[in-house]
Amino acid sequence: MKILVCISNVPDTTTKITFTPDNKQFNTAGVQFVINPYDEYALTRAIELKEAQGGTVTVLNVGEADTEANIRKALAIGADDAVRINAKPTDAFFVATQIANYAKAENFDLILMGKESVDYNGFQVHGMVAEMLGIPSITPGVKLDVNGNTATVQREIEGGHEIIDAQLPIVVSAQQPMTEPRIPNMRGIMTARTKPLKVVEPTGSETKTEIETFALPPQKTGVKMIAPENAGELITLLRNEAKVI
Amino acid sequence: MSVLVVIECANGEVKKSSLEAATYGSKVAQQMGTTATAVAIGDISEENLKHLGAQGIKKVLFDNDARLKNFVNLAYVKVIAAAAQKEASKVIILSNTNIGSAIGSRLAVRLGASLATNVVALPEISGNTFKVRRGVYSGKAFADVNLTADVKIIAVKKNTIEVGHETGEATVENFSASLTDADVAVAPKEVIQQTGDILLPEADIVVSGGRGLKGPENWHLVEDLAKALGAATACSKPVADVDWRPHHEHVGQTGITVSPNLYIAIGISGAIQHLAGVNSSKVIVVINKDPEAPFFKAADYGIVGDAFEVVPKLIEAAKQLR
Repeated sequence: MKILVCISNVPDTTTKITFTPDNKQFNTAGVQFVINPYDEYALTRAIELKEAQGGTVTVLNVGEADTEANIRKALAIGADDAVRINAKPTDAFFVATQIANYAKAENFDLILMGKESVDYNGFQVHGMVAEMLGIPSITPGVKLDVNGNTATVQREIEGGHEIIDAQLPIVVSAQQPMTEPRIPNMRGIMTARTKPLKVVEPTGSETKTEIETFALPPQKTGVKMIAPENAGELITLLRNEAKVI
Repeated sequence: MSVLVVIECANGEVKKSSLEAATYGSKVAQQMGTTATAVAIGDISEENLKHLGAQGIKKVLFDNDARLKNFVNLAYVKVIAAAAQKEASKVIILSNTNIGSAIGSRLAVRLGASLATNVVALPEISGNTFKVRRGVYSGKAFADVNLTADVKIIAVKKNTIEVGHETGEATVENFSASLTDADVAVAPKEVIQQTGDILLPEADIVVSGGRGLKGPENWHLVEDLAKALGAATACSKPVADVDWRPHHEHVGQTGITVSPNLYIAIGISGAIQHLAGVNSSKVIVVINKDPEAPFFKAADYGIVGDAFEVVPKLIEAAKQLR
């Protein structure tokens, strides 16, 4: 089985988000970048499937040279080879175009990625790639198994789950509890250094959206404290003052 | 040129998120000097669809193909694309749900459209610019985004707009996109409905528990308060990670993002990743025995105290409201 896992390079989830003074760009000073957590679930599941059934796992990132540390980490976790499309990931359409154009010639059986990145929160790339390739997509998947040429995916819907069988090739986006992410071991880190990492130039530059400015949410004006012995008073306040119950 | 609103249905009813999308769509139509048309697929009656008039919808295109009772991604996209073509729609409104995302991402490519998900306000339209505000960095920030393609698709986050209550009924028109077997090939073979409880993504009130509750055997505190308030239950990431509660209840940056009217956090310290998942809630209540818990900074109401003493008092007071 030939698996492609798409990973995104995002600020660590503990990051306090700030912007440049003109609010046009994310302030990267002092920020640690990690593999998008949802993509890590996809990557780990791909490696598990490969270990159980044979095949290869290729990781792909659309990004500039500074993402290579995290691509190497994905190789250390257990991917076989990597591709970096050498471009800034400007919007979901652009990123999906790059992934689809690369995947077209490679005939992957399974294309996995996180359901969304924790920075842009588009929740779009999986479906866009699938539509561009003319194959089904199932999103978000919380369980994934492959038996021969059939994938069985449990997908979360609002208020329940669906179980779907689909013939390969397909795109699946990942969400917990698909699997537990793995931490690379020393052997993985050593071998990652010599695994192939290919840099490919992007095709086209079309986007469909442009970020104009960023804004931070308004701060809360202050918390009203209630003494624990009068806790019941909270309920009265929620009804008469906040009017939410 | 009408604004097209995609309606999600379940168990014979229009979902609340779709009532919000319909209201949003009719407001955008007003901004553009046109009308709003809905497209509905699946498990719903014509009679219930007429009621969308209350949210400002003039006409509903209804595909009642029995094969589409459950969500079938490719078929839904085909029906909606055909409806958009029939209406010559330049703006399509979805709910920011898992289904909305599955539809929107494919539809955007098929129609060559701009897609903005997680949208939290009505658009600003002037001349040739069409700008929307959307949540980014997992609830920690917003971005104002220009949608540059001719056709624009917007997925509206829950609680962005109050559901409209106008008078008037929508007319319902039968609609079919001539689906083939291939269009319905990838369909659910089994649907596991979550029953009994109020659904977390749709809930107006959420009661959430963290490690401060000490163990799953104490969850009756969360459940009883939720029951008394008509709320859904949720939890923090550490709680889901140790399997005290199922993962679909995990609220936070890598779990579900909620935006209810009221979010009550019990025994949750308020790590930045958890705050990201809840900070668009209208009112936040924090109950924690640690007065230094960072969550108090993001709260509207707070109680410093032991959950095992405080929560029973809240349950008692909430019960007396009914």
